[in-house]
Amino acid sequence: MTYTNEMKLSFSAKSVNESFARTAVSSFVLPLDPTIAELTEIKTAISEAVTNCIVHGYKHGEGTIYIEAKITESGKLIVKIRDKGYGIPDIKSAMEPLFTTGGEEQAGLGFTVMQNFMDKVSVRSKPMKGTAVTMEKHIVRHLKNDRA
Amino acid sequence: MLKIQSENQVMTAELSGELDHHRCAVIRKKIDMLTEQERPRMLRLDFSGVQFMDSSGIGLVMGRYRQMSLIGGKLMVINIPPHLKNLFRLSGLGALGVLE
Ligand SMILES: Nc1ncnc2c1ncn2[C@@H]1O[C@H](COP(=O)(O)OP(=O)(O)O)[C@@H](O)[C@H]1O
Ligand SMILES: [Mg+2]
Repeated sequence: MTYTNEMKLSFSAKSVNESFARTAVSSFVLPLDPTIAELTEIKTAISEAVTNCIVHGYKHGEGTIYIEAKITESGKLIVKIRDKGYGIPDIKSAMEPLFTTGGEEQAGLGFTVMQNFMDKVSVRSKPMKGTAVTMEKHIVRHLKNDRA
Repeated sequence: MLKIQSENQVMTAELSGELDHHRCAVIRKKIDMLTEQERPRMLRLDFSGVQFMDSSGIGLVMGRYRQMSLIGGKLMVINIPPHLKNLFRLSGLGALGVLE
């Protein structure tokens, strides 16, 4: 597949960077002219995945989060968010709504939100090696009546 | 950023800005400290000023629901802006009867 644009980011797994990460990805897709609703969905999904790296992947310490994003010729965003943390022993149950290992303040809805707000979500994980979440979203082309 | 007022044992917390995991941690501590001190009969979380939120905001609501139940009070979520409606629908919080 050929890509019209690509970017890579790596940053410390600190909660203060959650906002940086979702803003960076949302700026990256801006040239596709997404709607406000599409941008909100992308930002929310990125925020979920990045938060999971911090809260679950690196729950006992420091680490680095990696983001790779690509835009295809057909106007699709493909974004991968990865950590080198604990990993997920059972991906299928982890993705069930309300499943959480995070205690009282975690809603257990991160994957549910990602799946509802993006077209496709796939997870690869190995215990003690890390987790990679890849998400895709096609940005709908709009007919602009003010542009030729 | 976070404004909390009490009147007639009803405490209202006006949330604003971006409610992610980072900010929710701070907000949670402030609210819990005040509800433990004042023990209101109702806590109202006002979402009108919230520009962005992920499931951490849902966790904040669920946690405060439990907190208020412990002290024998009620929780109400008010003024959910249109851009957060989808997220609240997904959350299933409606079933707890806390949504306005
Ligand atoms: N990056 C990750 N590393 C390790 N475990 C993870 C990761 N992401 C998700 N998980 C696991 O999947 C569960 C569900 O995640 P999620 O749906 O976001 O709910 P929550 O974060 O509220 O627990 C988490 O509780 C955790 O056990
Ligand atoms: Mg999560």
